[in-house]
Amino acid sequence: MTEPKSADKEVWITGIGIVSSLGEGLDAHWDALNEKKINVDDKRFAPYIVHPLAPVTFDAQIPKKGDQRQMEAWQRIGTYAAGLALDSAGVKGNKEILGRMDMIVAAGGGERDIAVDAAILSADAKGNSSPGFLNERLMNDLRPTLFLAQLSNLLAGNIAIVHGVCGTSRTFMGEEAASIDAARIALARIEAGQSDIALVGAAHNGERSDLLVLYEFADFNLKEKFAPVWQREDQSGFALGSAGCFLVLESREHAEARGAKPYAKLTKVVADLAQRKQPGAVTKSLEALWPKLGITGDSGQLITGATGAEPVTSEEKDFLRQHPGFAVRATGTMFGHTLEAQFPLGLALAALSLSRGALFPPNDPSGFEVEKAGSPDQIVVVGAGHWQGEGMALVEAVK
Amino acid sequence: MSAPSDKFGRPIVVVTGMGVVTSLGAGKEDNWRKLTSGESGIKTVTRFPVDGLKSTMAGTVDFVTVDPVTSTGLTERLAEMATEEALGQAAIGAKADFPGPLFLAVAPVEVEWPQRLELGRATGKTDLNYDDLLRVSGGGRFTKYHHRFMFGSVASYLAERFGTKGSPISLSTACASGATAIQLGVEAIRRGEADAALCVGTDGSVNPEALVRFSLLSALSTQNDPPQAASKPFSKNRDGFVMAEGAGAMVLESYEAAIARGARILGVVAGCGELTDSFHRTRSSPDGKPIIGCMRKTLADAGLEPEQIDHINAHGTSTPENDKMEYNTTAVVFGEHLPKIPVSSNKSMVGHTISAAGAVEAVFSLLTLEHQRIPPTINYEIPDPAILFDVVGNKARDAKVTAVMSNSFGFGGQNASLILTREPV
Repeated sequence: MTEPKSADKEVWITGIGIVSSLGEGLDAHWDALNEKKINVDDKRFAPYIVHPLAPVTFDAQIPKKGDQRQMEAWQRIGTYAAGLALDSAGVKGNKEILGRMDMIVAAGGGERDIAVDAAILSADAKGNSSPGFLNERLMNDLRPTLFLAQLSNLLAGNIAIVHGVCGTSRTFMGEEAASIDAARIALARIEAGQSDIALVGAAHNGERSDLLVLYEFADFNLKEKFAPVWQREDQSGFALGSAGCFLVLESREHAEARGAKPYAKLTKVVADLAQRKQPGAVTKSLEALWPKLGITGDSGQLITGATGAEPVTSEEKDFLRQHPGFAVRATGTMFGHTLEAQFPLGLALAALSLSRGALFPPNDPSGFEVEKAGSPDQIVVVGAGHWQGEGMALVEAVK
Repeated sequence: MSAPSDKFGRPIVVVTGMGVVTSLGAGKEDNWRKLTSGESGIKTVTRFPVDGLKSTMAGTVDFVTVDPVTSTGLTERLAEMATEEALGQAAIGAKADFPGPLFLAVAPVEVEWPQRLELGRATGKTDLNYDDLLRVSGGGRFTKYHHRFMFGSVASYLAERFGTKGSPISLSTACASGATAIQLGVEAIRRGEADAALCVGTDGSVNPEALVRFSLLSALSTQNDPPQAASKPFSKNRDGFVMAEGAGAMVLESYEAAIARGARILGVVAGCGELTDSFHRTRSSPDGKPIIGCMRKTLADAGLEPEQIDHINAHGTSTPENDKMEYNTTAVVFGEHLPKIPVSSNKSMVGHTISAAGAVEAVFSLLTLEHQRIPPTINYEIPDPAILFDVVGNKARDAKVTAVMSNSFGFGGQNASLILTREPV
């Protein structure tokens, strides 16, 4: 009953929007990557290190101040990046297309009002905890609209309101894996003719002390001193990063009919959930996914969202060592760890590299990342979540 | 039942197992009995103090407890219970070896107050901020809270427990989430990617901050006394929804696969549709076009005409805006046929199970088809004269039901509808 594979439609990446600690837009990112730029802040949340969002004028993509006020940072970052992607695909303001565009957003959420939290915790510590104490403080102190800025599906909601993307709207949750699945499902739907054009991506605000607490629970945060992802053996962890990244995916025929040019084609996205109970589970999971990509040779280019956290980073490295012909680039070094946004970033940089005819240079004094000359035809994108979820994509040049 | 494909040449998607938990009880039997006898599961909250809250009632699932007490833990347990029941009925695969993917509608996850307070006390300070919390968070003492408060944690647990295949998807489309989970399963089967899918909607998030958040948006009923009368969809004196907990689970299969293994077919997911409203974060477009479009897309997806729908399981939240908008838009879609369609809202009895609602109500819709009996909308004492639905008020009604439309609309412009039938259409 499976439809023949030949019936699958080719899927192009026709729009890319990125905003991050390195800047905004494709040219700024291409330049920053080639200049091996890294933007970290080791003071604001010391001893924790974060990659802060580069200065952005949100008005450029979110013209109404009222809309900006309704959002917390992660939603502004995402709505901004989504706008860049729509611009880049040439569909911004095209009501006919936006009105039927499908959207899958990978989201976290829950930005806290840390002042309210701290005041409640302090009062509790002083013994002010009558039965209705918490209720009363929350009723009095929480901003009514904060909830909407916290709700996971309200990034998609804001993109619909600000940019008019209103075919369908789905929000996937679940850290790194959420965006791998978002790309996987969007691709499968377009290939099967269930969708013609889709906006896929995520946003992350890494400059949040409540998130640092969450990851500190399991000692995942990078502390004291920044080091590239492959040089964290002595001091593992990730530095949270702020970034938004969205892609416009569409069927080749839909793109051609409207005269859109592709950056690249998205050929395959595969994902799995290994039960990480035995050492080497991630290595095994990635090895099992690899042959499903349909890679043609034993050399090429690979962009990974490796986090720098352990044991997953070492296990991924074991997998990468089994494919020594592939030149590796770890986005975590330059962008930090942006959770849901990391996989879309990998896809975006793969598409950008293919469209510019070169892979960006290594940024790794350990020598694990090597120079790779020549124009790539295929780039593999890898994502292994800091605690669960593994996935991979194959991005190819359109010939 | 003969052709394995629908009229569009796609694999027919059938339901072979269902499970449900609500404030009325655990399991289809208990729920159906209470639902059709017009019982309410809404009561005054006893799980935590309600002093200072404007809305003090909810459809909490109090007969299930988890340790430690977290909304996410309860959410997980409710999903597990509903799934156990669904898999027991479907008798598919082997123990911990479900032969397909998991699509899970789940409430967004975050660190909760009991754990935050525990952390605050661990600082030993009386004037503290997040830097103080950070200093005591690491070192292994709270490792379990990392896992508990990851968004993917519920799906991860269920995937392992039931052996679903591939990467499980956790999703939120707010109050439409449960319907979206089913829709993702239907799409995967139609694509030929899977012969079976496990679709679950779950929500155990009645906690103080959740009540406060909806309260601050003026979304909740404040008619606290008596609590069981608060949820009154389509009534003139309705004033908001009542938060509730629950889970609904469905085993979907291709008709071909279900027949091949001799499974009992409980019903068909004939059509799914969704259309985003970009008007406002919490309010529907005044012209209702996105909701109208959503219902029409769903009819088109099922290949049915409005006249072929003979029952609507309404979103019917009991908020002033939703019920009015739902009537106005449904009237446009169904036109002259509307008076012939009995409409009911399960939320009058189980409250609004938020992320679970679409799945819970899909289960109830299939039970309606099975029993040819429509559960009532209770508390329907003062009909809203502006809502001219044929409301199945207060008492269950026997009726010939062949095709049910189940609607779900949520914050963020989320609209999703399903059409469920007894036989392939």
